[in-house]
Amino acid sequence: MSKTKKSIRTEIPAARRLNRRDAVKRLLAERDGALIVAGLGAPAWDCAAAGETDDTFYLWGGMGLAASIGLGLALAQPKRRIVVVTGDGEAMMGLGGLAVVAAEKPKNLAILVLDNEAFGETGHQPGLSAAGVDLAATALGLGFRTATTATALGALGAIAELLYRQPGPNLAVLKIRPGEAAKVLPERDGAVLARRFRAVTIKK
Amino acid sequence: MAMRRTARGESLRDWSNDIHGVLAASNVSLIATVPDAGLSRTLDLCRKDGKMHVVTLSSEQDGIGILIGAWLGGKRAALLMQSSGVGNCVNAFATIAACRTPCLMLVTMRGEWGEFNPWQVPMGQAAPKVMEIMGTVLHRADRAEDVGSAMTAAAAIAFNSERAAAVLIGQRLIGTKSFDK
Repeated sequence: MSKTKKSIRTEIPAARRLNRRDAVKRLLAERDGALIVAGLGAPAWDCAAAGETDDTFYLWGGMGLAASIGLGLALAQPKRRIVVVTGDGEAMMGLGGLAVVAAEKPKNLAILVLDNEAFGETGHQPGLSAAGVDLAATALGLGFRTATTATALGALGAIAELLYRQPGPNLAVLKIRPGEAAKVLPERDGAVLARRFRAVTIKK
Repeated sequence: MAMRRTARGESLRDWSNDIHGVLAASNVSLIATVPDAGLSRTLDLCRKDGKMHVVTLSSEQDGIGILIGAWLGGKRAALLMQSSGVGNCVNAFATIAACRTPCLMLVTMRGEWGEFNPWQVPMGQAAPKVMEIMGTVLHRADRAEDVGSAMTAAAAIAFNSERAAAVLIGQRLIGTKSFDK
């Protein structure tokens, strides 16, 4: 394994893990012009709770497509930073898409997986990561430049580096506390979301 | 463009060249594909085109995501696949419909004209119906001369109406694969 590759698995009890809203808000505060693709369900609501913006593409469906949408965007806009914020279930459904990301090696793409080890939107049924399936190790195996798993608040600075500044493709798994946060819903019309986002990307 | 004829007078028009020409003229710069034998030549032409980038997929549904992302980023993309791949895209088609984004597809048909493999028939027969029911405007080409104009028409629908449009290339045109040997 090269020096840039590291997979950290930390065992911190679920109750002491990060609150998803706080973590996303702190990470998005550092986005500095990065275009965000927010995967369906809670990650999209987390991004909306941090402040709904035109340069975030909030998904209400398309489970498994977030990383591929991020890849298409990264290839179309090579000078801009693209960050996909999604959940563990969504990422697992799009594992094939992660392989394509690894093959394409976009330097400007990073993926943040908010991992509550459960299907939060449908009643917290356990997900695959609850059984120990390791997305960061998977990403490294596929060929991502860097991938890491973090649990502690202190890791957010390093995750921000990975998401916004280190050359990609990178993937960070952030283990978050189980439990739902209040629904903060962005615009729900997909055609509106797509067009207002596109207006931002093609302007510059 | 090149149009040769066999001894029996059948056209041997190079439709792969026509497809590439329409993609180039439509400013398509990103090609997502799970290859098919019938697409080989078109994909070669796209790979040799300095203005195009070909992305090889693991599953066709990821291609739909890439098309959406490319359009969001101001570029035009197309998905090239075999009819069996249509089945892998169904839920992703819903996102195209919900977001009303262009989705230009070229599908080489299996499971129809003289198909030898029975496992290809169910998805091949269902592919056009599945695409249509999910909102795709279909353009079928069973003659080499029709492929280019079908592709031009599909690209116009996809990019002007911002929705899914596809060209289906009939198996009769591609030829029937045989594993009898």
